[in-house]
Amino acid sequence: MGETPLWEVFIRPRNGLAHKHVGSLHGADAELALSAARDVYTRRGEGGSIWVVPSAAITASDPAHADEMFDPTADKIYRHPTFYDIPDDVGHM
Amino acid sequence: MHEALLELADDHLILGHRLSEWCGHAPMLEEDLALPNMALDCIGSARTLYARAGELEGAGRDEDALAYRRGERAFRNCLLVERENGDFAQTMLRQLMFAAFMEPYWHAALGSTDEAVRGVAGKATKEMGYHIRHAGEWVIRLGDGAPESTLRMGRAVEELAPYADELFASSAAARAAEEAGVLPEREALRPAWEAVMSDVMGQAGLAWPDDVWPQTGGREGRHTEALGHLLAEMQSVHRAHPGAAW
Repeated sequence: MGETPLWEVFIRPRNGLAHKHVGSLHGADAELALSAARDVYTRRGEGGSIWVVPSAAITASDPAHADEMFDPTADKIYRHPTFYDIPDDVGHM
Repeated sequence: MHEALLELADDHLILGHRLSEWCGHAPMLEEDLALPNMALDCIGSARTLYARAGELEGAGRDEDALAYRRGERAFRNCLLVERENGDFAQTMLRQLMFAAFMEPYWHAALGSTDEAVRGVAGKATKEMGYHIRHAGEWVIRLGDGAPESTLRMGRAVEELAPYADELFASSAAARAAEEAGVLPEREALRPAWEAVMSDVMGQAGLAWPDDVWPQTGGREGRHTEALGHLLAEMQSVHRAHPGAAW
C-alpha cells in the first residue's frame, strides 16, 4: 500500500468546539479516508464531525527553527491576561 | 413466528462471522478496523433477534443455544452470507448486496408490530446505511480502478449474482410474519435494492448479468459446503467448553 496517500484527521467532539487533530491514516481518496477516519477514530462516540486533510497539504514549522520561532515570546509576559482585577460579580471567566 | 426471526438472526450472525474472519488479515490497518466494526454491527443485531426468537419459541433456548448448538441443517440463513470471503472484491460486493437489501428492510420494519424488531430496526437502518456507503465506495473504486481490480470485481459479480434472488424470497414462516405485520414483505424491496445496486454498478463501470440461475435453499437448511466449515470453527469453543462464561 506504499502509494496510498496519507491523511490527517480532525474531529469535533461536539457543537461549539473546534475540530482537533487526532491522528492520521491512509486512504486512496478523500471519501475512503473519511470512511476510515470514522472507523479508526470514532469507535467510542468521540465525535460529531470529521475533517480529513491530505497530509501533503500541511506546511509545518521546522523544529530546527524553534528557537527563533517561539523563544521571542518568552519575555513578553504582558501579553498574558494576568494584570487585570476581575470584579467578583463577573464570576468565572 | 420465531422461525422467521431465526432466519434473520442467522443471516446476521453468519455474515458477521464471515466479516470477522478478516480481523488481522485486511489489506490495511484502516480496513482491519472497519471490517470487524461491520461484523459487530451484524452480530449485535443477531443477538437481539436470537433472544427474541428464543423467547417466542418458548423452549428455553437462549442466544448461545441458538448460535452455538444447532447443526448446519438447522441454520436458515440465505446462501449469500455464507459465501467465502474470497478476495476484497468479493467481500465488499457481498456486503453491498446484503446491506442494499437490509437497509430498506429495516426501514420498513420500523413500523413492525413487534417491539424487539422495532428496536433492532432503529439501530440497523443506520448501520446498513453505512455499510452501503463503505462497501459501495470500494466496489466503485475496484470496479473502476486498475486492470487487475476491474478483473477481480467482474469475477465477484459473476460469482455472487446468483445469490441475489434468495434475498427477496419469503419462506412460509416469513410470509406468516409478514402477514402479521411483524416483518416487512421481502419481494416489495426489490426496486429499492436495484436502485442502489444499479447506481453503484454504473459508477463502477460494471454490468449485472441478467441470465443468472438463482441459487437457493438456505431457508430450508440446504447449504453450500462453506457453511459447515464456518460453523465448525465458530462453534468449536462452545462445544469444547459448554456453558463457559467470561
